[in-house]
Amino acid sequence: MSTLAISVKDLSKKYGDRVAVSHANFEVPLGTVCGFVGPNGSGKTTTMRMLLGLISPTGGTGTILGEPINHPERYLNRVGAMIEGPAFYPALSGAENLRVLATLGGYETGQVQSLLERVGLGDRGDSKYKTYSLGMKQRLGIAAALLPNPQLLMLDEPTNGLDPAGIQEIRELLRSLASQGITVFISSHLLSEIEMISDSLVMLRKGKVIFAGKTQDLLERQQPTIIAKCLNTQDLPKLIQIAQSAGHSGSTIGEEAHILASADWAATLNTLAFQAGITLSQISPVLPSLEETFFEMTGDDE
Amino acid sequence: MIRVFFAEWRKLRRPSLFAGTMGAVGAVTALVTSLLFLLLDSARGNAREGQMISRSTLEMAHGVSIGFSSSAGLLGLVALCVFAAQTAQEYTYGTLRNLLVRQPKRLTLLLGKFLAMTSFGLITVVFSAVVSTILAFTLSGKAKVATTAWTTGDARTAMLHTFINVFLSVVAYGTVGMILGLLFRSPIPAISIGVAWLLIVENIIAATVKNSGKWMPGQLMTTIASGGDLTATYSHAILMVTAYLAAGAIVVGILFRRRDVSN
Repeated sequence: MSTLAISVKDLSKKYGDRVAVSHANFEVPLGTVCGFVGPNGSGKTTTMRMLLGLISPTGGTGTILGEPINHPERYLNRVGAMIEGPAFYPALSGAENLRVLATLGGYETGQVQSLLERVGLGDRGDSKYKTYSLGMKQRLGIAAALLPNPQLLMLDEPTNGLDPAGIQEIRELLRSLASQGITVFISSHLLSEIEMISDSLVMLRKGKVIFAGKTQDLLERQQPTIIAKCLNTQDLPKLIQIAQSAGHSGSTIGEEAHILASADWAATLNTLAFQAGITLSQISPVLPSLEETFFEMTGDDE
Repeated sequence: MIRVFFAEWRKLRRPSLFAGTMGAVGAVTALVTSLLFLLLDSARGNAREGQMISRSTLEMAHGVSIGFSSSAGLLGLVALCVFAAQTAQEYTYGTLRNLLVRQPKRLTLLLGKFLAMTSFGLITVVFSAVVSTILAFTLSGKAKVATTAWTTGDARTAMLHTFINVFLSVVAYGTVGMILGLLFRSPIPAISIGVAWLLIVENIIAATVKNSGKWMPGQLMTTIASGGDLTATYSHAILMVTAYLAAGAIVVGILFRRRDVSN
């Protein structure tokens, strides 16, 4: 049995001369949360649609839960998905919309109420979908994705339109699903959210995978920074000079010295500063955030 | 397939659609049947295109079902609108992607939807038959039409034949609607082009080009409902409509199976 929830090799999609996805290669291990990030138009949704059998790849292969992606009927009964926002029948209630999909997929319609409660719509299930706010629609979309009790959950921007409390609830829900062994493949523009919940990351830019691997590995690959404050701000240029003579570049930003060096050099900097008669009031090593890394890698075109 | 059928029925049974469609069916049936009896002695005719259906014709065994069969064209248009809207809305709402994730066998999805809508069409035809029959008996006294022959075995046989023909005609109209819905992927162009062709273009062609009615799908679907008429024989109409619908179904079946779902 495959240990991979998703595996794609050279997956490509062209529309005429326009390349939407080019030779994408990545793997998502079973039981992990994988973030799928990239600027608008980078090919995230196209890739997800190919994985769900909604559009045909023009090249490459892939497997989902061990089954080839050109036979979606073999794996989709174990996959929950919400692609490009929620889409339901406006004149039907939220609950009835879920029953349509449950009936179609052959799932128990009796679970609809508990699913609605799980996503925070327990008391609005009988309201028509057209009366829902964007956040409620998102929640219904997530409930629909959970209908098959999935092994793999593919969510495209699930926190769009949610308020901070809603985002936190969804984060908790995804964490709880992941703790049950469900693989979550999630795209989002909220990179801080992705950073918090994902074990691994696939980053796309202009249809190409520019990183696929553990989130921590990506962050550690970026240049870490030590931020230091001097008791006497006039010592800042001298501190930068000390760092530069040790081979680390640095600059002054406001009342702080930002020195590009790994965390373990912080103690050395402290010693060197002391020896030079500089008293540091604060010294903290900082890893770049996913957001900073993202902008650096994607060229800030989001 | 059966799961698609029942899932589709969850949408078809919503009150606004179900009651609305039945209201429209009841209204057109009542209109056509009423005019048939109330304009019986009118010089301007009491049937489609100014035709005259006489009292003696109405008093025959099949007279009870003439109002019902005369409603078939309008019932067909209702079916076309429902089939087209139910199909094309899946694109405009973006719900097709949800359906295909839960039922990736595309032709199974299409066939299940078609069968569900066909059963919906059957209910509209039954309702129309009931409304028309009740009205025929109700208005027969005022129109001085004798109803003795309407309760015979021949009348029941005639009604059964009419029912089958009207049902086939309604399903054919509905299939045209579904084909247009799949082609245009939006209810408004699908319905407007379908209705404009059937009501305007075909009638203009039929009126200006001699014998063209026997090749026009809309005219032929009406011919099926009436069991054969001056336009064409019943068997010719069945053959031609089957050929048209089969060609259309094959084209949209291939398109639906291969086309990317990008919205």
